[in-house]
Amino acid sequence: MLEIKNLLAGIDNKPILKGINLSVNAGEVHAIMGPNGSGKSTLASVLAGREGFDVTGGEVRYKGNDLLDLAPEERAREGVFMAFQYPVEIPGVNSAYFLRSAVNAIRKHRGEEELDAMNFLKAVKAKMKELGLGEEFLKRPVNAGFSGGEKKRNEILQMAMLNPWLAVLDETDSGLDIDALRIVADGVNRLRGPKNAQVVITHYQRLLDYIVPDFVHVLHDGRIIRSGDKSLALELEEKGYDWLVKEAA
Amino acid sequence: MRADTDTIDEFVASDYKYGFVTDIESESLKPGLGEEAVRFISAKKNEPEWLLEWRMKALRHWEKLECPTWPHVKYPPIDFQAISYYSAPKKKGDGPKSLDEVDPKLLETYEKLGVPLHERARLAGVAVDAVFDSESIGTTFKEDLAKAGVVFCSISEAVQEHPELVRKYLGTVVPYTDNFYATLNSAVFSDGSFVYIPKGTRCPMELSTYFRINAANTGQFERTLIVAEEGSHVSYLEGCTAPMRDENQLHAAVVELVALDNADIKYSTVQNWYPGDEEGRGGIYNFVTKRGICRTNAKISWTQVETGSAITWKYPSVILQGDNSVGEFYSVALTNKAQQADTGTKMVHLGKHTRSTIVSKGISAGRGQNSYRGLVQVGKKAANARNYSQCDSLLIGDRCGAHTFPYIEVKNTTANIEHEATTSKIGEDQIFYCNQRGLETQDAVNMIVNGFCKEVFRELPMEFAVEAQKLLDVSLEGSVG
Ligand SMILES: Nc1ncnc2c1ncn2[C@@H]1O[C@H](COP(=O)(O)OP(=O)(O)OP(=O)(O)O)[C@@H](O)[C@H]1O
Ligand SMILES: [Mg+2]
Repeated sequence: MLEIKNLLAGIDNKPILKGINLSVNAGEVHAIMGPNGSGKSTLASVLAGREGFDVTGGEVRYKGNDLLDLAPEERAREGVFMAFQYPVEIPGVNSAYFLRSAVNAIRKHRGEEELDAMNFLKAVKAKMKELGLGEEFLKRPVNAGFSGGEKKRNEILQMAMLNPWLAVLDETDSGLDIDALRIVADGVNRLRGPKNAQVVITHYQRLLDYIVPDFVHVLHDGRIIRSGDKSLALELEEKGYDWLVKEAA
Repeated sequence: MRADTDTIDEFVASDYKYGFVTDIESESLKPGLGEEAVRFISAKKNEPEWLLEWRMKALRHWEKLECPTWPHVKYPPIDFQAISYYSAPKKKGDGPKSLDEVDPKLLETYEKLGVPLHERARLAGVAVDAVFDSESIGTTFKEDLAKAGVVFCSISEAVQEHPELVRKYLGTVVPYTDNFYATLNSAVFSDGSFVYIPKGTRCPMELSTYFRINAANTGQFERTLIVAEEGSHVSYLEGCTAPMRDENQLHAAVVELVALDNADIKYSTVQNWYPGDEEGRGGIYNFVTKRGICRTNAKISWTQVETGSAITWKYPSVILQGDNSVGEFYSVALTNKAQQADTGTKMVHLGKHTRSTIVSKGISAGRGQNSYRGLVQVGKKAANARNYSQCDSLLIGDRCGAHTFPYIEVKNTTANIEHEATTSKIGEDQIFYCNQRGLETQDAVNMIVNGFCKEVFRELPMEFAVEAQKLLDVSLEGSVG
């Protein structure tokens, strides 16, 4: 599904990703861990197409095509979803309206009929119930005045409604209470299937108790310095990153 | 990869849909302003002596005035002698007696503008007065309105048919000495609408005037007068468009509203004059004086959506003379490309327990400069006056500007005045967030702008709220890369 080869990227001529190799197949969940500033969010941003990040080498293929060639909205419509580490507030724009526009942009791209307000509301309410979210969410402006945890849950709701093939979650578990953590994990687990894949960026092995990853990768200074299975996360929890960094040096 | 130039302050030309010219034979007065021009216009309209005299007084007064420089807008000095003050489609014979006899080219023009005048196609529930350059070419639904006792016609016609009403109210809200452009208008006004709603009558349909400038090198000097007798109600809407031309053209209008005891006037404007191009070439100078007076318990509500014109300079105001009267001003002003707007309102509280509300939403994109200028004045006798003002500015890109000039003058200590102002900017991160959810950048901008304006759109008559939103979308086209 996703094939990243020797990816080099930076910002303002400062190299941040220094040769990432990663291959994610349909049906898999990959966890990415690593110290602050190692480049995890940068990787997510490059995959989503955020402006200002310059790709200076390597390639990224998504479902066989060059992902980097697509505009951000085209990537989204092709089924790439990113849950933001810091979801953005859009005052004045009603959450329900925003989400319906997003759902319809993607449905239209897929040649599916657009949802009218009634059908959309039905679908979104059902999803909210599944995820244990209160309906008051829909009436408020997008993320405006939401608490940190509410913003993260809103990301999960959007993901659930947009049904992406590939979801990249950037620290969606940070700052969540235990119930919210379950909602997030639940959202991801519901998406798991033979045709979908998830990349979960996290600092905490705790999340991986709920979302059991097939692979765990450690990112350090713009490179993946170790890959393993779930046990690697446990080992990191116990020993920190230093030993790995020393081994890699 | 996408090109790096794809940032949100990258601009391309947006299309102005109404920029066509109607090829019609017209009769224009040669350029120049003076006694001759004023006499010509007055004679053309077969006006009574008192009106000619009034125009002449205005002309003499105007000759002593200087063009105001206080608005926050820049433009080269206007040569008032280079403008033609009258132009109208040439009439064949006695001129059309009904809309069926109007030149098909004119009917076609309005059809193209989305305002069909034909009996068959005209908008249900909306009566339209169509003003083309200096003349009204016709008014729909006149008979239906007459049954309710409502007068809706061009002001020229009103001078002929209802001279006593015109004479009683003309210049009572905006005197001919009011200001430079209002004085100019008083001397040379050509056409506009006249509305009279009898006592206790609720006008059975929306009234609207569609102003079209077509001829080159002419100014349009609209004069509109609305009189709502005691306990009556009316909702009126005006729309405006003009061809694309490299020269600037002047539209200097005066609108007067009179709301007698317990009357209610709702006046909405969707202004889409040609805004000029990226470089600021061409476009309409929209210098307008709009004011209403409220007697006891009366209410006047101004709602405006201003997306066009190279320069907009207008402050629809309410004089709250009667006790318990209410004034409202809801405004969306958009400046894109090189447009400049200096707009706002004046709420003058004279009566007791008078209330006013001001909601202003300024949007600046491109190199647009948008200023809110508002005055809230509370007189000595205006006990318990209340005002709430909210002025929000939204910036799109880095080359535009937003400015706020609120003035508050209070002479009664029981007044309660609240003023809130915010400035925000559509950020790259907001756009990216929307993109990541599958939305195009332009759609994202439209969505954010429409969210920003919704308090004002809510105030528009239903039929026009959707139009206004579409218009805003079109005006923002190309505001992002
Ligand atoms: N917009 C930016 N301008 C300048 N430097 C940046 C920018 N964004 C990221 N960086 C730098 O790139 C490096 C990687 O940042 P990134 O956000 O990818 O780290 P991260 O692994 O997600 O860290 P965290 O665990 O704290 O979220 C850091 O040194 C950061 O300072
Ligand atoms: Mg990060």
